[in-house]
Amino acid sequence: MIAMRQMLDLSRFQAKGRETCFHGRHIQPQIYSELNGSNWSLKDYQARGGYAALRKILGRDGGQGMTPEAVIADVKLSSLRGRGGAGFPTGLKWSFMPRQFPAQKYLVCNSDEGEPGTCKDRDILMYNPHAVIEGMTIAAYAMGITVGYNYIHGEIFEVYERFEAALQEARAAGFLGAHIMGSDTSFELHAHHGFGAYICGEETALLESLEGKKGQPRFKPPFPASFGLYGKPTTINNTETFAAVPWIIRNGGQAYLEVGKHNNGGTKIFSVVGDVNAPGNFEVPMGTPFSKLLELAGGVKGGVLKAVIPGGSSAPVLPAHIMRDITMDYDAIAKAGSMLGSGAVIVMNDTRCMVKSLLRLSYFYQHESCGQCTPCREGTGWLWRMVDRIEKGQGRMEDLELLNSVADNIQGRTICALGDAAAMPVRAMIKHFRNEFVHHIEHKTCMVPAYV
Amino acid sequence: MSSDNPTYTLSEVMRARFDREVAKYPADQRQSAVMACLSIVQQEEGWVSAAAEKAVSTYLGMAPIAVAEVTTFYNMYNQKPLGKFKLSVCTNLPCQLRSGQQALEHLCSQLCVQEGGTSADGLFTVQKTECLGACADAPVMLVNDRQMVSFMSNDRLDALVDQLRKGA
Repeated sequence: MIAMRQMLDLSRFQAKGRETCFHGRHIQPQIYSELNGSNWSLKDYQARGGYAALRKILGRDGGQGMTPEAVIADVKLSSLRGRGGAGFPTGLKWSFMPRQFPAQKYLVCNSDEGEPGTCKDRDILMYNPHAVIEGMTIAAYAMGITVGYNYIHGEIFEVYERFEAALQEARAAGFLGAHIMGSDTSFELHAHHGFGAYICGEETALLESLEGKKGQPRFKPPFPASFGLYGKPTTINNTETFAAVPWIIRNGGQAYLEVGKHNNGGTKIFSVVGDVNAPGNFEVPMGTPFSKLLELAGGVKGGVLKAVIPGGSSAPVLPAHIMRDITMDYDAIAKAGSMLGSGAVIVMNDTRCMVKSLLRLSYFYQHESCGQCTPCREGTGWLWRMVDRIEKGQGRMEDLELLNSVADNIQGRTICALGDAAAMPVRAMIKHFRNEFVHHIEHKTCMVPAYV
Repeated sequence: MSSDNPTYTLSEVMRARFDREVAKYPADQRQSAVMACLSIVQQEEGWVSAAAEKAVSTYLGMAPIAVAEVTTFYNMYNQKPLGKFKLSVCTNLPCQLRSGQQALEHLCSQLCVQEGGTSADGLFTVQKTECLGACADAPVMLVNDRQMVSFMSNDRLDALVDQLRKGA
């Protein structure tokens, strides 16, 4: 056997978090607060108040402790909503777990961060991994769960290794394992990595993948709360959701709610990417105006604002005039016709051709369709080929209606949301930028002079 | 290369690494470790051969076809030998807006390869990839699956290639 492949020292080419996380341009940060890249370890986390929330609920801080019901009530009060994309109320999800179920239950963290535009969980896991471990341990206590897994995007392998190192520290210090801090609570947590499949960010595909299979989504119902990992009751939350929990327990659900706005509690980390001068992650209170967020990211680069995809590539695109007046929270973005999604804000300036932009996204969705459902497997390829021929000047005017028709025949007709995610960008692009598609068909060229 | 043999023998080092992965899961769920085991094989061999799949299937008590399903489903497993360094450049939309596509083209042109191809000296395979989850770092890419390099302007790409060549 040949020797294990040597890892070269490529550190001078690697990101250190200065640009994306330690830029000092967050507003009232909780999860990214006080981070500098070298203070990820257990002792640093404890120095900034880490594991105090776990001590509090277990009554290891000299207090009475909190019952599992009280923990869930506090999370409900906080109005924390799922940070992975769907925005489902976290406390409510936790209350669905059959606490008294007599057999094994599982807790799963979805760190399969692959929604184009999103890179927030990477910085949490790399620079503040114990916040996720503490949040998961609190969740496990609240739901009576003893085993958990963190499924981490295979493309960020160094982050997976960092998380494993943090797990070792937490186990050695008694924050994980049997009888945490001498209490009756036990929780064991492991890291699992993916290896390149966007679909595994879908929660039931993720469970299949954790079981060592192809990541093909399951039909729902049954929901994971009754039939999850290995067929056992399972709760799945996003990395950022778990990382928000220690702050809520330390400061109270009401305080968290007040940081944000009604029905949209707390802070949110937005990944602002694309045509901005200083792309990166920005943790700001829910309800922060888009214009403020854009300013934090250094403003539009290379032109004036044309369009924004406000919640990851699956979210419908919104034109500049709508975005300028919007606040960044679940309800405001939904009202404007898109979604907050994962919090990835893809900014496009006025030199960008929307046909070419849509082409790249359509290629992505047909590439990542798991192939299980016919409308998605066939439809995503159909969408891509049609956008491709429009881009190449071979489109026909009736293609625009055909694109909408194919999108209609995918959306709502598949097991999981990938079909919807492929269809929504197509419909929104044609709705808001129809003239560019028409121009491409009539003149066989872009309206804008050149694309990047 | 041992993986060319019809039978593939797992080394003691590899078994020890496999065991650490298997230990994360319930005793009757060894299959859960298949993704990690295959990535360990790939790290050591550069790719996952059918013989290696068979060895993993025996080790984990799975049907060989179930292992092959995993190798073929997930994008990052190499189903054939590649260059010594696999360079995977993200070209998805957020990266495309920040010169991800140009980075790919620059690498291809410097190394005289087509996208997906391997350089004549066998050192480099250049391929495009879907979202790495590091969009603010664009242009961004992976070196042999496990190391991410960021903000890869043409100058930095050239310096990276130089360093990899020297380390080869």
